[in-house]
Amino acid sequence: MPLALVDCNNFYVSCERVFNPKLEGVPVVVLSNNDGCAVARSNEVKALGVKMGEPWFKMKAIAKQHGIIALSSNYALYGDMSARVMNILSRFSPKQEIYSIDECFLDLAGFNPATLMDYAQTMRRTIKQGVGIPVCVGIAETKTLTKLANHCAKKGFAGNDGVCDFGQLTAAELSLVFSKLPVGDVWGIGRRIAEGLGKLGINTVEDLRVADPEYIRQQFSIVVERTVKELNGISCVETDGEGTARQQIMVSRSFGATVMNLDDLSESVAYFATLASEKLRHDRSVASSLCVFVRTNPFKESDPQYEKSIVVPFQPTDNTTKLVNAAIRGLKEIYRAGYQYKKSGVLLMGLHPKENVQRTLFDDPAEQAKSDNMMSVMDEINRKMGAGCMTIAASGTRKRWAMRRDQKSPNYTTAWDELPVAK
Amino acid sequence: MNSSIQHPAQGHQAIHIPLCGDKVAAGFPSPATDYIEDRLSLDEHLIQHRDTTFFVRAKGDSMVMAGIFDNDLLVVDRSLNPVSGDIVIAVVDGDLTVKRLIKRGETVTLKPENRHYPEIEFKDGQELQVWGVVTSSIKTFSRG
Repeated sequence: MPLALVDCNNFYVSCERVFNPKLEGVPVVVLSNNDGCAVARSNEVKALGVKMGEPWFKMKAIAKQHGIIALSSNYALYGDMSARVMNILSRFSPKQEIYSIDECFLDLAGFNPATLMDYAQTMRRTIKQGVGIPVCVGIAETKTLTKLANHCAKKGFAGNDGVCDFGQLTAAELSLVFSKLPVGDVWGIGRRIAEGLGKLGINTVEDLRVADPEYIRQQFSIVVERTVKELNGISCVETDGEGTARQQIMVSRSFGATVMNLDDLSESVAYFATLASEKLRHDRSVASSLCVFVRTNPFKESDPQYEKSIVVPFQPTDNTTKLVNAAIRGLKEIYRAGYQYKKSGVLLMGLHPKENVQRTLFDDPAEQAKSDNMMSVMDEINRKMGAGCMTIAASGTRKRWAMRRDQKSPNYTTAWDELPVAK
Repeated sequence: MNSSIQHPAQGHQAIHIPLCGDKVAAGFPSPATDYIEDRLSLDEHLIQHRDTTFFVRAKGDSMVMAGIFDNDLLVVDRSLNPVSGDIVIAVVDGDLTVKRLIKRGETVTLKPENRHYPEIEFKDGQELQVWGVVTSSIKTFSRG
């Protein structure tokens, strides 16, 4: 049963280039929140050897030398462009699983296998013309294989023009391709596992494909064993058409400037708890504990370093006020004066579907209904008026810790006064 | 001139409000029930393909004879294949520009609709990048 993985090329950079064609053919990086590190690189930047996640200050010299243009991330733009791409792709298959902001799986069961390459080219043309984003398509029998096929399509081997269909290759041809790919290219095989496999003489994708699954499970885990099966065309990673609720919700940011006092830190933590609780309600879940953490800047080795987290348990809830209170209570436990804090975050844990919550003896149903009402009003206002329009007072109005986005492009598709201009 | 009054929908999302419901418990049923139709939506009227339509702000006076003035709001559909005579957004020297597309044999021309501006010709070999086809221009009048 063939499956396709459609993946946007250098997605954030491609979005920027649609509205600013001057960036075409020029080395471009997009930096994370706070202009911290590279989260997207154009091919020109990749060719210069800049790695994903590399901190900006480390690449400043090479950026200056080669005229790399660095942009702050513009998530409003990327989110809208992603929705457009995904909507269009959904018309190509009865079953789509959006895997991340820039990639999705499409179920191609029942399509004539001989026409899939052309079909994938139609997807590429439609997306490129309609939205302006270049995409690559990998086609194979399992998710792990489609990831690999997509990788081959991007690299330009074993497939032509951004499409690679493993179904068009003979077993011998496939073995040849696999024997040229390092095992670390396989989805889910991280650096540590790749090193472990290397010690056993498993260096290429082909080595892993022909390995004994039983043996691999004993040496590593059932997850790696599944990967071996998937490489052999046995589907083990389910396609979840509906999408499942998250197991954890994390909101954390690096600060624009370092923060020393408890008030500023409390504001940040309260704000993150507010955002996390919105996501929680969106999933129709409740949380039963929360982890709050703070840390100094590990790159500033001359500064005294501190890092601490704490878990705060509570009755299952989705109420912003209760979650903010819990986060601040936790923060007060772990806060130590005298440090330059650079990052804080809130992680909601123990998530359950809201309808399954056990009532306790001390629950007040009237109180619960009141809380639900207030939260839905708050979510509605924020949805209509923009995120963060209505928050609870603890999250502050100064936002001294807010993120720095010095080089952000306009919100070309979501703000009337920032539209692209044509002369 | 005969003009009929048409009711635009409010907000940018098409909102469908039935004029009256069917839950009449007693009394004479409203004769209008059989004639309920959706209100008109500008979005539906102006946007054929939602996922490939973008808004672009016109700047300058190079297209005044086509009725496009400074600051007009252009509705641009990227999914349409441009044909000769279309008003298009094109990429020229890395900038977006709005012009009329003219194809004559092997020569493609971007024609301004204002004789004070020169035409831009693309001879064979030179590639013209069309960004999208302009389907409408919206002009908003200032009050008072």
